[in-house]
Amino acid sequence: MTRLVISGNYAQSYAARLARVQVISAYPITPQTSIVEKLADFVANGDLPAQFVKVESEHSALQVCVSAAALGARTYTATSSQGLLLMHELLHWASGLRAPIVMGVVNRAVAVPWNIGADHTDTIAQRDTGWVQFYCESNQEVLDTVLMAYRLGEDLAVRLPVMVMEDAFYLSHTVEPVDVPDQATVDGFLPARVPRDVLQPGVGTRVGSFTGPDHYVEFRRQVAHGMEAVLPALEVVEQDFFRRFGRYHGGPVATYRTEGADVVLLTMGTMSTTARKVVDELRAAGRKVGLAKLRLFRPFPVDELRALGRTVGRIGVVDRSYTFGGLGATATEVRSALYGAANVPQITSFLAGVGGRDVTPSMVRRMYDVLLDGEPAEVSWVDLDAQLGVPVHG
Amino acid sequence: MAKLTIPREELMHSGHAACPGCAPALAMRLLLKGLGPKTIVSIPACCWTVIATPYPTTALGVPTLDNPIEATGASISGLRAAADALGYHDLNIVGFAGDGGTADIGLQALSGMLERRTNAIYVMYDNEAYMNTGVQRSGSSPLGAWTTTTPVSGESHGKAEAKKDVMGIVLAHRPAYAATVNPSFPEDFVRKVEKARDMKGPRFLHVFAPCPPGWKYSSEQTIAIGRLATDTGVFPLYEVVDGKCRITRPTNQLKPVGEYLKTQGRFAHLTAADIAAVEVQVRLGWERLLAFERESTVPVAPTAPAVRVRPPAVPA
Repeated sequence: MTRLVISGNYAQSYAARLARVQVISAYPITPQTSIVEKLADFVANGDLPAQFVKVESEHSALQVCVSAAALGARTYTATSSQGLLLMHELLHWASGLRAPIVMGVVNRAVAVPWNIGADHTDTIAQRDTGWVQFYCESNQEVLDTVLMAYRLGEDLAVRLPVMVMEDAFYLSHTVEPVDVPDQATVDGFLPARVPRDVLQPGVGTRVGSFTGPDHYVEFRRQVAHGMEAVLPALEVVEQDFFRRFGRYHGGPVATYRTEGADVVLLTMGTMSTTARKVVDELRAAGRKVGLAKLRLFRPFPVDELRALGRTVGRIGVVDRSYTFGGLGATATEVRSALYGAANVPQITSFLAGVGGRDVTPSMVRRMYDVLLDGEPAEVSWVDLDAQLGVPVHG
Repeated sequence: MAKLTIPREELMHSGHAACPGCAPALAMRLLLKGLGPKTIVSIPACCWTVIATPYPTTALGVPTLDNPIEATGASISGLRAAADALGYHDLNIVGFAGDGGTADIGLQALSGMLERRTNAIYVMYDNEAYMNTGVQRSGSSPLGAWTTTTPVSGESHGKAEAKKDVMGIVLAHRPAYAATVNPSFPEDFVRKVEKARDMKGPRFLHVFAPCPPGWKYSSEQTIAIGRLATDTGVFPLYEVVDGKCRITRPTNQLKPVGEYLKTQGRFAHLTAADIAAVEVQVRLGWERLLAFERESTVPVAPTAPAVRVRPPAVPA
């Protein structure tokens, strides 16, 4: 093991190298670029014996990975924002072909207006494409999650592509100490991919094909089965990861001081660090508050949310994204998960941090205050709605 | 009588779903005869998606991958990268795409594949319209052709624009090999496929592919129409190796273009003046090709070698 002071982007690159990826393909987009620059260095220096296919678009980047995975290779790509939107068509191909690609996504706002700040709208908009989706809070979690993503995605019961998200700039361009494990330990955790249902030279099979309604439904159901296998497989993967590396990131929903909490804030990504500090402050002041960090968005961890909802009165769900004409996407998922449970807490949807706007401790405090003492609106834009403080831009 | 040189081995099965007289079906059959079994084919959305027959059957005796319509160039780059990484060094990697999926929506991915020097063969079977969706015009539809989106009614008199010069676009990328082929000349077709097979780097084949329902002619006329296309200069047969052009079916006497045009209902509305205008275009194209053959004596600038191949590294 080596401790390096590296960015979240480099954490992606080191993890892809440790995973011994065989084919990399990517197209540059801010703030993803340093991931693939580092990988290009690894390949150029002979540290990573992979094929790096430099393509003319993100659409082609993902097609290269899909086709390479269809022949049995372990593949990696990375993108952000507009690039991910351009990939949308291929996202469906990847899951439909059961291609266990791992993709690093640096969450960035979607145009227009142009904005390169942190924002989850790009990946939230891909929630129905059959990809497993992880959101990370730290650079260490990024590296560890990429390694686990390969093990999970290539699990023969799962066989699905996985996105590993990091917030633009808060992680992508911020350095912090990261334990980079040694290759032998990673090799023990992550053996070579065992391909299934891939192209075999000399065998006249067709991968992809077309079907009428007589078989199409069965194919889609198989993808759903793969998604259903994720949560049980993840538990095994995380336990084995802990055994070998000594780190555990808390399962699909990592809770913090939720015991005896009346209200809980549910966050994703880097704002969780800020919220945890505020929880400590409020707990010191005798307020019964807790935090739940959602790490896994697809499949949505329904049972974990129900377990959390059993004991709390109110959950404020913070979405760093927007779904015009409804609640935040995560808030909608949480409501859906809890409907019909024995105890259904009140669910409030907060939209915060969109377009890279900082989610500050005072902003988090205001959210907790409304949950503890106020009558929260069903949905509110944290910085803009008067209930939650002085609007910044009137 | 000359001895037949076309391999007997069939890698395309009977029971495929092509229309009677389908030239793209002939093209695939001849292509695979030339390439042999060590081949993987990537096919975008096109007639061949259907011709290969639905799950769980396939008309092809080689591994086949489906890809979206605009991504064939990228798909074969991915297949080659994986083949190199996994140690499959003797595979022919082939993209087999229609004219719409190549000249229009797939042009970017094709350009990327050529520029990257992907070691693969890209085949465009050119039936001169979006046939699988029901005969809509593509950039590769010829001047004057009726299609469902270039109707013959009111102000519309068939396609108002000339056919896109895909070979010219490909040649601007300095491929290792580029050639036009026509199933009506099967020996020339297979010889060029074998030549392409034995080379490295990006290779491109432009296949003339008559379509009975789309071009509105009787299905037994496919071969005759294909021969006329070449002998009138509408679709000359040539190859370009390292930038140097050679016409593989030279002639001193092109037949009148009208003989070709009158065989197809899609040109039935053309007047004598229209035909004369097409004739001028075809003759100019032939003269330009002759000049290209005459003058392309200097090889193109050497290009970078294909991506370095490293041995696969797999954890013990």
